[in-house]
Amino acid sequence: MSLDPHAPPRPAPPVAHAEYHPSTREYVRVGLILIALTCIEVWLSYSSIDGWKLIALLLTCTLIKFLMVVGYFMHLKFDNGRFSRLFALGAVGAFTLYVVVLLMFGVWGH
Amino acid sequence: MASVTVSTQKGILRRPMATTGFWSWFTTVDHKKIGILYGVSSFAFFLIGGGEALLIRSQLAKPGNTLLNADQYNQIFTMHALTMIFLFVMPMSAAFFNYLIPLMIGARDVAFPRLNALSFWVFLLGALFLNSSWFLGGAPDGGWFAYAPNSVVDPGNGMTFYAIGLLITGIASTVGAINLAITVINMRAPGMSMFRMPVFVWMGLVVQFLLAFSLPIITVALFQLLFDRRWGTAFFDPTRGGEPILWQHMFWLFGHPEVYILILPAFGIISEILPVFARKPLFGYQFVVFSGIAIGFIGFGVWAHHMYAAGLGPVANTAFGISTAIIAIPTGVKIFNWMGTLYGGDLHFASPMLFAIGAVAMFVIGGLSGVTHSIVPSDYQQTDTYYIVAHLHYVLFGGAVFGIFGGMYYWWPKVFGRMLNEAWGKVQFWILLIGFNLAFAPMHILGLGGMIRREYTYPASLGLTVWNQVSSVGAFTIALSVLLFIINVVRTQAKKRALETDDPWDARTLEWTTPCPPPAYNFAEVPTVHSLDEFWHRKYAEDETGRLVRVPAGASGEAHPTADGHGIHLPSPSFWPLVISLGFPLLGYGVLYSWWLIGAGAVVIVVGLIGFVLEPSVAE
Amino acid sequence: MADVTHDAVHTEHVTSTGLSSTKLAMWLFLASECLLFGGLITAYVLYRGQSTTGPYPQDVFDIGYTSVSSFVLLASSLTMVLSHNAALARDYARMRLWLLGTAMLGLTFVGGQVFEFTTFYHEGLSIKTNLFGSTFFTLTGFHGVHVTVGILMLLILVVLSFRGALSDDPAFPVEMVGLYWHFVDIVWIVIFTLVYLIPSPKPPGVP
Repeated sequence: MSLDPHAPPRPAPPVAHAEYHPSTREYVRVGLILIALTCIEVWLSYSSIDGWKLIALLLTCTLIKFLMVVGYFMHLKFDNGRFSRLFALGAVGAFTLYVVVLLMFGVWGH
Repeated sequence: MASVTVSTQKGILRRPMATTGFWSWFTTVDHKKIGILYGVSSFAFFLIGGGEALLIRSQLAKPGNTLLNADQYNQIFTMHALTMIFLFVMPMSAAFFNYLIPLMIGARDVAFPRLNALSFWVFLLGALFLNSSWFLGGAPDGGWFAYAPNSVVDPGNGMTFYAIGLLITGIASTVGAINLAITVINMRAPGMSMFRMPVFVWMGLVVQFLLAFSLPIITVALFQLLFDRRWGTAFFDPTRGGEPILWQHMFWLFGHPEVYILILPAFGIISEILPVFARKPLFGYQFVVFSGIAIGFIGFGVWAHHMYAAGLGPVANTAFGISTAIIAIPTGVKIFNWMGTLYGGDLHFASPMLFAIGAVAMFVIGGLSGVTHSIVPSDYQQTDTYYIVAHLHYVLFGGAVFGIFGGMYYWWPKVFGRMLNEAWGKVQFWILLIGFNLAFAPMHILGLGGMIRREYTYPASLGLTVWNQVSSVGAFTIALSVLLFIINVVRTQAKKRALETDDPWDARTLEWTTPCPPPAYNFAEVPTVHSLDEFWHRKYAEDETGRLVRVPAGASGEAHPTADGHGIHLPSPSFWPLVISLGFPLLGYGVLYSWWLIGAGAVVIVVGLIGFVLEPSVAE
Repeated sequence: MADVTHDAVHTEHVTSTGLSSTKLAMWLFLASECLLFGGLITAYVLYRGQSTTGPYPQDVFDIGYTSVSSFVLLASSLTMVLSHNAALARDYARMRLWLLGTAMLGLTFVGGQVFEFTTFYHEGLSIKTNLFGSTFFTLTGFHGVHVTVGILMLLILVVLSFRGALSDDPAFPVEMVGLYWHFVDIVWIVIFTLVYLIPSPKPPGVP
């Protein structure tokens, strides 16, 4: 992004020739972790933990699963940062906007 | 037209090959033709929306008037807004973006040409679907803002047409937004870094992101409204725990970014016109760019300023009052930069310049009334009165429509190879300026005097009749100016193409390096860009005293190089976009009348999409 | 400006970022879908516990059953990336196998949803019964439609590969469909927790 009007054109940023792709074994490992996290979530929901503690623990597991799928299966961990920023704009933006909306309803008081 | 290679694939359904002729308009994937399609359609809707406005102002010209009854008035004012916003300003902006963005960034077309065609046809069919409501029991009559629970219980099919019509046009806009955003990000000519792009392209990029992120929100709301109306869900039903105010939040979460979607294209147009007719670079380019981006972001944080009187409470009202005041800042930055562009410039007051300056002036007035709205206590008096109608028309008509007219005068030679008549243009401008101010300035007084908006009549005892009359005279004056514009266009287009030069305005940006109109492939050779205002710097250098000196053989007014586009392969035309788009009204009528039609519509869309995906690509 | 990434092979021309336009477009589309599903989820969360009549979630939900559905969808994401790996290795047979596997798992998920919804319906919960029905069926219905569209895309990929239309670079379209598919999976990850696992407060007066 040169601000100098007379600078020569800059090439696109160099990207590694060989892209890293997880192997089958690594993907299966991620898959097993996802299944394990889901089992934990289900166990939590049947357990006697309740209230804010339950919600916090459940949401933590959910967030980890979300990030693992996005990072590994959707390859964002290994891809150009632009893709991550683009997706984050939508995901974080959506989360922020809707949390504000819910706050305006005093939803936490329900 | 120079020869362009097109597909010679054989198939059961052969891909169309013609790029000229009447039928080629239905299968074109050329961004320039699609731009013209958007422009012509949206202008037609401008006239329809204008007709609706004249009916409103005729009805309000005297108190207790009986030209329209309340029910008819409700339909007219609802459709006036829907038409002007969704069927005129947005698609007209799409016309400008589609035509100009590839040319301005040195590309041959947009990133996804067939999707581009799809966007247009879906838009057109959605627009026709919405307007078919007039003949099918009545148009939407719940206001463009469709507040629940009224919009839910409103009898008849009007508001169902509203929900479905906007869902369809929303799909068109979302697809188009993704297309244009990727075009700007990824299709720039070598050397065209982001900060060497024209401001018009930057504003376009911000608009596409605003569309991509705000449309899904109203999509959800429209489905909720549709389901409540058609299938008895409880989303906005207070008797079953629903919250009508959820509609307001969802609507304005979209609705506020929407107003920036409406104005930023005009800001881009103004930013291109002023430098050319001041013969000076845009003052503070980076500030104009960053303020546009800031407006985009902050625009998502102000929506509840449309809801100050809805009972959100002092904390919410205060927070949004502050954010709304803050958003005036980047807008103000632009105004100062435009003024700085004009200051000390070698000013030429051709029609485009008049409209651009008029747009800035009118927008400032509208912006000032907007600032008064941001203050919660004063908005309590203003809201739902004509003061708001004044504000919105000063910014949208004064800002966006004046800007659009400026853009039409400016780029007419590029698109059509002819200049609109300058004398008529100037006359049209002044009549429009006078008519516009006559129509809308009194509305400030009407509003502060307590005249309520969205009501089919008013009592004489308000004592505001004379201002209503002035306003109605203004409306018809506007109509006169539009008529002058149409006559100008007809007379211009009837003539043969005759431009002395392909650069009639001595302009600054890449689109003016091509012939008027450009060939299908845009550039014989993809340009290499070395600076902002690339074309200007090819034509002019500065001597030791800082004066402009013409660079020899740097202009495009001379004969074009021998390259004539041989060997440039362009995407082939396609009929699948039109086919797919036909499924949407079928779906819509199905929701209203019959599950069979829903099925038919779904089949058409799915088969169409499969055909679209499997279509053989260009041979070479 | 030559783009040298695997992604960019699929652009017919050089791109400004060196990245594929299609991939950028897909990510922008998925970003915008966050706002769509966010809106639907917000309505569900807002109205949780606000239904004025039953049935209520605790009356109809079968967490065990839905957990199996969740495992199925998660597994389908795994088969999806395995098909991509196979495509990268140009092992068409394996690629088709895993694509079909993904589609089958997706169909199982949708089938499971259909069965679940039918059961709820017979227990007195329809989309118009109450707020719970409205928000639940709308949210999961939209998700289910997205899954169905994904299944169609997977099947089209299989057909295309049999026709030899993918031989240029099979990994790219598989990756693109994969991105969409995984997104649909992560939406479910969120829905499963927020809708099924986080308990709904009982409305006042309900034992």
